[in-house]
Amino acid sequence: MSEDAQTQLREQIQQAITDNPVVLFMKGTPEQPRCGFSARTVAALEATGSPFAAVDVLPHPAIRQVVSEISNWPTIPQLFVNGELVGGCDIVTEMYESGELAETLGVAPPDDAPDTVPDGEGAVPGPAPMGIENRLG
Amino acid sequence: MPTSEEIKLRIEAAIPGAEVAVEDLTGGGDHFRAEVLADAFAGKSRLDQHRMVYDVFGPEVGGPIHALSIKTQTRTP
Repeated sequence: MSEDAQTQLREQIQQAITDNPVVLFMKGTPEQPRCGFSARTVAALEATGSPFAAVDVLPHPAIRQVVSEISNWPTIPQLFVNGELVGGCDIVTEMYESGELAETLGVAPPDDAPDTVPDGEGAVPGPAPMGIENRLG
Repeated sequence: MPTSEEIKLRIEAAIPGAEVAVEDLTGGGDHFRAEVLADAFAGKSRLDQHRMVYDVFGPEVGGPIHALSIKTQTRTP
């Protein structure tokens, strides 16, 4: 990738983080996660009922690299809320279970929200996420 | 390919006083779960606590260590 393309990619990713109050960088899509950790993070977000944008990092390895440079965080998934890194699968799961996640997202979780993150595999699909998908693809 | 024991020893060497439990999640030597209890985490955000553990392995995370799941705790007085 040329330096120009790298700079442009970085700007696009930075914009995705700035423009979307809740954005998840993940492997695959919310409908078809391609990694168990991404699936689990999607399941936690969906269980809160919060809308979120998602960006699939798989189409271009450079996306993953640039996201990690911006966030100083080595792994995917990564959840950003209001432009700030919240964490990866472990932190999002812990925050879901303590109730902090809904608070951070500014939503009241539905009354029937489970206490623990529903199993990502075979979880009942939540409401369709709003916002971008693969906009960098 | 690292073993759970190696991962544990490396975290303990890098974070003095840490009590570490490591589990090989798949038995394949590339997906690990580390639970780390350390005084060195005191006053740090959860993000920075996890970064301290990731930093022990640098680019190995995402490479030979495909996934490292982390739980950090500070001793509560």
